[in-house]
Amino acid sequence: MGIILLILIAIMIIGSIVAIETKNLLSSVISCGVVGFCLSIVFLMLGAPDIAITQVVVEILILVILIRATITTDNTAIEGARDTFPYVSSLIFFGLFLIFSWFALQELPRFGEPLMRVSREYLKTGAAKTGATNIVTSVLLDFRGYDTVGEATVLFTSIIGAFVILRRKGRKEKSEADSEKFGILEDDDIKDSFEGF
Amino acid sequence: MDNLENEIRDTNKGMTSIVKTIVRYVMGIIVIFGAYIVLYGHLTPGGGFAGGVILASAYVILTLAFGRELALGKMSNTAASVLDNLGALAFIVIGILGFTAGAFFLNFLAKGEQFRLFSAGIIPLCNIAIGIKVTASLFAIFIALSIFGRFIYQMTDVEESGGEE
Repeated sequence: MGIILLILIAIMIIGSIVAIETKNLLSSVISCGVVGFCLSIVFLMLGAPDIAITQVVVEILILVILIRATITTDNTAIEGARDTFPYVSSLIFFGLFLIFSWFALQELPRFGEPLMRVSREYLKTGAAKTGATNIVTSVLLDFRGYDTVGEATVLFTSIIGAFVILRRKGRKEKSEADSEKFGILEDDDIKDSFEGF
Repeated sequence: MDNLENEIRDTNKGMTSIVKTIVRYVMGIIVIFGAYIVLYGHLTPGGGFAGGVILASAYVILTLAFGRELALGKMSNTAASVLDNLGALAFIVIGILGFTAGAFFLNFLAKGEQFRLFSAGIIPLCNIAIGIKVTASLFAIFIALSIFGRFIYQMTDVEESGGEE
């Protein structure tokens, strides 16, 4: 199992590098998808089916949405060479990150041997206290319900933000020149269906 | 709704009839699986978030295969926004109702027998609220990212955007 885990991690690293370095936006999105699917297999191998299910379905949905959103964008390629300053500064900060993470990682428990202080209590008494046999759900919605409210609030806020930024109503009236440049909403039927936004 | 579906099937909206036929067969299975993941979240792996994402992807498939008119007829963007708010509100209200027994998010309902569908008190109700919220909000994100932005390209790139929708 260790070898397969290392191979999956190597594929994930390669996918991340390809996603950053490729010039094509669609290839970049698909490389992100490779990383996500490998991550879901890793979760499944480590015995976390809840997280694996969530990772797979979110990855599929995000991939479809991102491909759908990027496929009509004409700005698909990055032109021109990059400066040297971003490379140098990112190398310096990466070195600093490695040095500090070396000291920090010494203090962490070894891989596969988690600290079992709070979780032992949850595993022992969770099913009896909450009545839920899925221990993950009982922690998420009963012991840590307040955290889940925070997550729901984050999701809610991001949806509101996306709608506010992407809505059609409330923008400035386009002039004649802008209409020729960008095209404008002609279909009254569709315009009515987006009246609220 | 059948009339609308027939109308759309006859026109050239959406993808080819192969995709439409397969989506018509697979659609029910996806919805049942998503509902199962939501409702049995306290017994088996899954829960409100994962099941909600599956249900949202059912709507996304509908949009991709049959075009935006049918999918927005099933759940318009206003309805998605309202359901999003209602799900979040129901979740908070369940949490606040815990004060009737003494604390925020206290499991104030009867625990019931383990491994039964109606057990674990408020946890299934929370799962259903989160499932509704996640379904509506992710479909709303899909509408916002893929449909709102496409009107800009309607006039200039008719071939690109009109061909595959």
